[in-house]
Amino acid sequence: MRNAFANAFYDLAKQDDRIMLVVADITASAGVATFMKEHPERFINVGVAEQAMISISAGLALRGMIPFTYTIAPFTIYRPFEQVRVDCCYHHLPVRLVGVGAGVTYSTLGGTHHALEDLSVMGGIPGLTIYAPCDPAETAALTLASARVEGPLYLRLGKVGEPDLTKEAPEPLVPGKIRTLKNGRDLAIVTLGPIARLAFEVARGLKEGGRADPAIFGIHCPKPLDREGLLEKVLRRFPRVLLLEEHVPHGGISSRVKEVAAEAGTANRFATCTLRDEFIHVYGSHEDVLRAHGLDAASVLKRAKDL
Amino acid sequence: MLEISQTVGALHLAPAFSCLELVEVAYFGLMRRGLGSGRDDTFLLSKGHGSLAQYLVLEELGLLPREHLENFCTPKSPLATHPDYGTPGIEASTGSLGHGLPLAVGMAYADRLRGSDRTIFVVMSDGELQEGSVWEAFMLAPSLKTTRLVALIDVNDFQSLGRTSETLPNFYPVVDKLRAFGWEAAEVNGHDAAAVHRAVTSRAGDRPFALVGRTVKGRGVRFMENVPVWHYRSPNPEEFKTAMAELREVVS
Repeated sequence: MRNAFANAFYDLAKQDDRIMLVVADITASAGVATFMKEHPERFINVGVAEQAMISISAGLALRGMIPFTYTIAPFTIYRPFEQVRVDCCYHHLPVRLVGVGAGVTYSTLGGTHHALEDLSVMGGIPGLTIYAPCDPAETAALTLASARVEGPLYLRLGKVGEPDLTKEAPEPLVPGKIRTLKNGRDLAIVTLGPIARLAFEVARGLKEGGRADPAIFGIHCPKPLDREGLLEKVLRRFPRVLLLEEHVPHGGISSRVKEVAAEAGTANRFATCTLRDEFIHVYGSHEDVLRAHGLDAASVLKRAKDL
Repeated sequence: MLEISQTVGALHLAPAFSCLELVEVAYFGLMRRGLGSGRDDTFLLSKGHGSLAQYLVLEELGLLPREHLENFCTPKSPLATHPDYGTPGIEASTGSLGHGLPLAVGMAYADRLRGSDRTIFVVMSDGELQEGSVWEAFMLAPSLKTTRLVALIDVNDFQSLGRTSETLPNFYPVVDKLRAFGWEAAEVNGHDAAAVHRAVTSRAGDRPFALVGRTVKGRGVRFMENVPVWHYRSPNPEEFKTAMAELREVVS
């Protein structure tokens, strides 16, 4: 996802000289290196000074620039939260806040480097758009689509090596709209971010067991949420819905989907598969850490079967 | 300001009094105005709680109608205790301390990139210097070569709970710290308009410039001077009369 972002950013910045990159001592890959070489004046490394990264970007935006800030998710949003809220969002400026390693991607780096409640925290800010792609292709498409977002944007990314999940998706990506990633009957899996990989694994498991053939829906834009699409494609069609996200149970898509269902009175049955409402003190691979909170194929498959 | 204080409770009168000359000198002595949109110099009141000083100037410049000031902090006026982006003459929302300077660094960087010669004036407070974000901006501005940046620091030696020099006795003098961070800096009496003007206009200009203006909080009304409660409070009718009489005496 990092590479996909860097390349798409490069393409975007080539066409629009208002676009800048402001980083806090972390950069993306090759695409960004080329940008830095070709446009050194449009690249700022503020050093390890995340508050300045955000406020300076807001200052640039007040003068008509479109800055992308870039660092690891917790340092993009938590460390400088008030700068995000006041300077970018209260002023409703087109600052693109890119957070890599969202969720517990940086599994061995521990709790300081995890962002397991980022949707909850950012979801409360008025006027902010959140994009959370599930694979490199969506990352590229949403980075390019950011050009049409007029206010502030939080772009929630994984890191590197995520598989392509959407090549055979029956629906194209329409920015902001819930997307069918796999057709199916019986059961809907609604997911967000790179953990969509697990949704496909679970779907295969259910099909192989001859139990069900689930549909998979990706929410790449949890804010503003595509309520109509969610109702039409999922909640009014599927009595059983499995919610899957790498986020605490509250404030992410799982609680939002249930809120929409409750308001509309669609009476679905839900299985909620998320990280628990706990900080994580298990270290290992990304998968090891997710497993510790029940986000592995076997556990989610069992939840699906029980639904 | 005193007249407005009779309709609004938590007015932050004293902080506006202490920076009045700094704000006036910036607008009437230092800034280039009337060149057309996108070309005028920029003013940011980073100590947003001193907003009355800026509103009065904006009224004098014809940017704000008198009614807006008279209806300050009511639904009939867009003016709040803290300046709000979108109000004529207000180029950024402030109120939370430590935002104005880094915003100004970003604006100045963009100006330099676009070959614009606008200068950005930021009025800050000494209490605000306790925010870490301020020092990130002080650290970065010289390295980012944002030379068309002038910080006017209202050092009235007070914050909400008492004297800043008693809160942080080892932080003073301020001007040394600014120079240590690579800024050109000077210190003058912040109520002496001529001295402020001279100090800013005689800067070398090859680095960002900071002026430490020594001021008196609540300046002009003796019972308010250096008394912390006037950070927030508005005078009662009796106090209002005393204050007005004193100011009239000074003016006449």
